[in-house]
Amino acid sequence: MAELTAVQDLNKGLVRENPLFVLVLGTCPALALTTTVVNALGMGLAVTFVLAMSNVAISLLRKVIPSEVRIPAYIVVIASFVTMVDMLMEAYFLSLYQALGVFIPLIVVNCIILGRAEAFAAKNGLWRSLLDGLGMGLGYMLALGSMALIREVLGNGTLLSGTPLEMVVFGEGFKANPVLVMVLPPGAFLTFGLLMVGANRLRRS
Amino acid sequence: MSESKNQPEVMAAPATAPAPAQSTAPVAAVPAESAAPKLVVGTSPHLHAEQGVPEIMRWVVIALAPAVLVSLWFFGLEALRVYVVAVAACMGIEWLCLRYLGTPGSLGDWSAALTGVLLAMNLPPTSPTWMIVVGALVAILIAKHVFGGIGSNIFNPALTARVFLLISWPVQMTTWLRPGERGLVPAGADLQGITEATPLGLLKEGRLHELSASATDLLLGNVGGSLGEISAIALLLGGALLLWKRIITWEIPVFFIGTTILIATAAWLVDPALYASPVTHLFAGGLMLGAIFMATDMVTSPNTFWGRVIFATGGGLLTGVIRLWGGYPEGVSFAILLMNGLAPLIDHYVKPRSFGTVPVKKTKALAAKPGVAA
Repeated sequence: MAELTAVQDLNKGLVRENPLFVLVLGTCPALALTTTVVNALGMGLAVTFVLAMSNVAISLLRKVIPSEVRIPAYIVVIASFVTMVDMLMEAYFLSLYQALGVFIPLIVVNCIILGRAEAFAAKNGLWRSLLDGLGMGLGYMLALGSMALIREVLGNGTLLSGTPLEMVVFGEGFKANPVLVMVLPPGAFLTFGLLMVGANRLRRS
Repeated sequence: MSESKNQPEVMAAPATAPAPAQSTAPVAAVPAESAAPKLVVGTSPHLHAEQGVPEIMRWVVIALAPAVLVSLWFFGLEALRVYVVAVAACMGIEWLCLRYLGTPGSLGDWSAALTGVLLAMNLPPTSPTWMIVVGALVAILIAKHVFGGIGSNIFNPALTARVFLLISWPVQMTTWLRPGERGLVPAGADLQGITEATPLGLLKEGRLHELSASATDLLLGNVGGSLGEISAIALLLGGALLLWKRIITWEIPVFFIGTTILIATAAWLVDPALYASPVTHLFAGGLMLGAIFMATDMVTSPNTFWGRVIFATGGGLLTGVIRLWGGYPEGVSFAILLMNGLAPLIDHYVKPRSFGTVPVKKTKALAAKPGVAA
């Protein structure tokens, strides 16, 4: 771990240590929110912001926080950033905010963020913690986005629904009669499992 | 095969080196080997039935034949189309999977053909062709080869496909052709005039009084439904054949059906005006097909007698609960899939004691003694 370069800190989260498909963290929003690409990317952005900022803050405070109470301290730091995201989204992206619902406040207890704080930011300097947070966040966004891409296209017949860019992928006939299971919970697990297979194959090669 | 290369050496020095490769040699002889006699040295037992995967699969297909014939009689060309498409699609996808994924298995073991037949039996006669192909893809690729090919699947492939299709296209999966409509139905035709509700469908809609199918109809198969589930007699005949060939054991069908009927009888005794008689529950729907042919799948059911009893009782319980109070008219496929998922857990906890070992309690008592533990 110590031998990683700055670039590797950033890109390890994309595939090699992808938080969703390899570390299997943050699965709850991944299963619940990936019915549309917009929801998934919105969630991914929110997590990336909180992850990067909390990694920076915790890295700066790592010599101040007593190790006995470090978890409550991390939670307070993370919760502050989540509150910011929560208020910003409610103010500027109301429909997305309503679609994501309770999962925005729940970012506080997202294992990826607490995990990176405990495993990385508490031991490393500012610059590397920022890169680690950004990489992990982007990896999570990539994972959510790929799940949502498959689920929305197959299960709803559309892409980017909920935006002005909404398009119908396989024609109106397919949209009227899509693979409904893909936007339902079984489809979430199915997509998750198959993409995990793919990610692990990619990682080994 | 590496074993055949090793054999001259083993024959040269039989007493000194029981080669480690030989201990893993398959005991069940492949038919090709029985044709050309060779020295096969495996671990005991050396006596075995001439029953490998291809033989078992072939016997199951033969046992399904009566039910297939009944469905061809009542649904004619539409049924034939569903069978042909399902079997062809399953075998084609199996071939592609074997070729490109490198998972074990072969087209010659008949397992893909059997999955195709079972998939067709779980579909309504008017299933669109594209839907059957999607079902075959789910059954063979997702339920079987992603898990590692033949013998490694956790869930019954044909049932996984059925449930996938049922959730995705509920309208197409619950349009039931009336028995006796034997012609091909053109795509896009209005199906209103030639379809009817299944007995269990009527029950779910609270139309018990409209239930017109007699027990004889249900036994012979003169009712609407999935291709394979309509005739109880044909399925029982097939089940008897499988029992006789010792491909299935009695406990899964008996406990599965028994538990469902127990629940149905209890409900019926409480309020005969609201709940259908146990006879209807016994012969209508997919209970016979599921309990005899799907739940007994060797790969996805537990390995011990008591394990299978728990498995089947759980399946029967879930079926009864879903039929009487669930959202779907029929619960057999969901019940079997749920119990498939529990089968490894059941196998973990229900283990026969190995010959010559001490029961666990005694070993713990021994370990607790200070002298022995140290």
